[in-house]
Amino acid sequence: MSWSKRAPAWLAVLFSLTLVAAACGGDDEPEPGATEPTGETAEVTGGEWSMSICEPESLIPQVNAETCGSQVLRALFTPLVQFDQDNNVIFAVAESIESDDNVNWTITLRDGYTFHDGTPVTAQSFVDAWNWGADCANAAGNNYFFGPAGVNIVGYDELNPEECPNRPSREGLSGLQVQDDLTFTVQLGAEFSEFPITVNYNAFYPLPESFFDDAEAFNEAPVGNGPYMMDGTWEHDVGINVTRYEDYGGTPGNADAVEFRVYADLAVSYRDVQAGNLDIGDVPDDQIANAETEFGDRYVTAESSSFSYIGFPLYAEGFDDPNIRRALSMAIDREAIISAIFFDTLTPADDMVSPTVQGYREGACGEACTFDPEAAKQLFDDAGGYDGTLRIWFNNDGGHEGWIEAVSNQWRQNLGIEDIEFESMPFARYLGLLDEGLDDDPATEGVDGPFRLGWVMDYPSMQNYLENLHGTGAGSNYTTYTNPEVDDLLAQGKSAGSGEEAISLYQQADDMIIEDLPIIPLWYGQVQQVTSERVSNVVYDKFTFVDVAGVQVVAE
Amino acid sequence: MGRYVARRLLQAIPVFFGATFIVFAMVYLIPGDPIRALNGERPISESAQAVLRDRYNLDDPLVVQYAKYVGGLVTGDFGETFRGQPVWDIIKEKFPVTAKLALAAFIFEGVLGLLAGILAGLRRGSFMDNLVLVSTTFIVAIPVFVLGFVAQLVLGVQVGWFPIAGIQEGWYSYILPAMVLGSLSLVYIARLTRTSLVENLRSDYIRTAEAKGLPRRRVVGRHALRNSLIPVVTFLGVDLGTLMAGAIITEGIFNIPGVGREVFLAVGSQEYAVVVGIVTAGILIFILMNLVVDLFYAVLDPRIRYE
Repeated sequence: MSWSKRAPAWLAVLFSLTLVAAACGGDDEPEPGATEPTGETAEVTGGEWSMSICEPESLIPQVNAETCGSQVLRALFTPLVQFDQDNNVIFAVAESIESDDNVNWTITLRDGYTFHDGTPVTAQSFVDAWNWGADCANAAGNNYFFGPAGVNIVGYDELNPEECPNRPSREGLSGLQVQDDLTFTVQLGAEFSEFPITVNYNAFYPLPESFFDDAEAFNEAPVGNGPYMMDGTWEHDVGINVTRYEDYGGTPGNADAVEFRVYADLAVSYRDVQAGNLDIGDVPDDQIANAETEFGDRYVTAESSSFSYIGFPLYAEGFDDPNIRRALSMAIDREAIISAIFFDTLTPADDMVSPTVQGYREGACGEACTFDPEAAKQLFDDAGGYDGTLRIWFNNDGGHEGWIEAVSNQWRQNLGIEDIEFESMPFARYLGLLDEGLDDDPATEGVDGPFRLGWVMDYPSMQNYLENLHGTGAGSNYTTYTNPEVDDLLAQGKSAGSGEEAISLYQQADDMIIEDLPIIPLWYGQVQQVTSERVSNVVYDKFTFVDVAGVQVVAE
Repeated sequence: MGRYVARRLLQAIPVFFGATFIVFAMVYLIPGDPIRALNGERPISESAQAVLRDRYNLDDPLVVQYAKYVGGLVTGDFGETFRGQPVWDIIKEKFPVTAKLALAAFIFEGVLGLLAGILAGLRRGSFMDNLVLVSTTFIVAIPVFVLGFVAQLVLGVQVGWFPIAGIQEGWYSYILPAMVLGSLSLVYIARLTRTSLVENLRSDYIRTAEAKGLPRRRVVGRHALRNSLIPVVTFLGVDLGTLMAGAIITEGIFNIPGVGREVFLAVGSQEYAVVVGIVTAGILIFILMNLVVDLFYAVLDPRIRYE
């Protein structure tokens, strides 16, 4: 490993402070200094470092819908907007995203961003990429994001007919129009005031023209527009190496090179950090106590947007009465389970959304999410209890057996439900079964008891949780909960003029959902990682991704 | 001998087809929709699912799917994963890794096992013999993943002699996992050799050889050992197949990107092309290895002739 000349330490500190100061600026103005294209090379600290990842499924941004590849893509690409530590929008490649009516949006790009092959990032780069993702013929994993289940761009339905033609359409989304090299317009199917927040997601990354010549080759060595570029190709199950892109249009990455090392079992990455072979690794649950003592402040935790819940199949018998649902929720001692089974690495849920989004209110769920066995028993009995066998459904390949058993014991003990059975199966089949509950086919029944699921946000908004899980007919609404007032409030929120207005409307919808309790909010997640002594400034965003460009190598 | 080899190779063909069809059918019968599960809890549009199902022939009946797969095989196309990665690339990258691991384990267990077994067999009842018997019992009692974790912790993290994960350091990275992987087989080889040797040393022809005045080394090395090795060689041949399969756990502990781990993950996501591709390649290797072992018998025991 060779080392570039290291800038004096005080310069690095000064530079970091400037970035922090710049990021804590106002809402909608471009942030001076943060991501403007810099003509000269700023001071960087150099060095190389490594971090653990799981094996990605794909490195094409429009295809990748999982976290392993997303971490790498964050280093290789820069989206239109980014977020600061408080989830405020920072304009990155976009200079502005504006609309008068929350339906027609004009996106203006900054000049100066280029792809790693030297070609400029233009409005066409974005429009072509989004069209590719939305076309059913490409079967992209993030296809749904362009449609009604996501931001709903006009023209989506034409690109996704029932019978998908074999060849991609030449047409593209009619709602996307290129105005000039740095401007394009987006027409949405309905008002959505938070559209600018959503375009941070990888479905909206730009693509260079070389992608369209050979998508398979691109998948092995993506050409992005971010601070780091591929060094070699994706070595499957081994790792991905990137080096700093010298002509980056924004703030350059600190380190010269980064190695994303693939671990099949992330617990092994912990040992590698212990042995001094890895710079950022994960902590297995059973090592958390040791990690804190051994690593001190190099043991870092980051709040994640993950939200775990137990849903009720409202189409099945026995769960119509909200009091039954409330009783079942109040009979669960979340803190005890978190302490005994999860080593205190989770937070009990007290709202229908995660604390990582603006608008979350501590204790919003109130009594319904507070452990009170006596009140639960009273409520349960008054409502008539539950007849027959209570079946709890979950997937058997996610490590859920322990806590589900704990919950069932608490229900048995606190509510007197004698007959409880478990139904578990691999995730693919589990999801298929839940899907069956959504269709109108009388032959397929779905599940007949409480089921476990989780949600991770696509973009930091209450609406992402509330609409996808509780909106009438939404793709991830497995309870089949439907409340026209909630739908109405959500629609009003999406067309609201300001962020505060939207949030207040979402909170009203949130309260209604809490009142009805179609799901039992369980807990919020976090990630635990350990770092070596060689790196500092390891910062996590609200999606629990490391800010790769910011990490500094401080010692040999 | 040539005809024997040719006959054996021809016999391999129906074995090949039968085995691949069985594996194919087993993956096909796993309930669940792999396409729907590609996106996890996020939705995936109906038309996108339809496109993928069509691309991978998932709507066809089992026999048709199998026929299309074999058709592809004949032209050298091993198929693709549901994310578009060619299976041949996976096999090309992963098999050499597992092969190296298996080979390293093979050499480790072979050399050490034979040595321990011979020493124990020659000095029956001595301290050496008892040492070998006790230590092998000890090793066999410990599950392989416990052995793996302890080795990783002590030799890798605390003492720092070996890298504990990955294959970054070339052959050096394979040493620790090979020792863990080969530990169980080492026990079998040691004990098998010892017992076989002890038994042969008591036989008539050995007594005759000694009576003829042959030096001890020649008696043991040229006569007793060659006969004693026959059961051991049988075991070694079978063991190579076991090593390639059993590497799953070791590959997981030491983060080695081999086929064991790959097949395990592929079964979970019902990637039939990967499972069948890897298992097929494994079957071919196994058939070849056993042929080599059988031919080696003729070297060991001149009474065995093939025609």
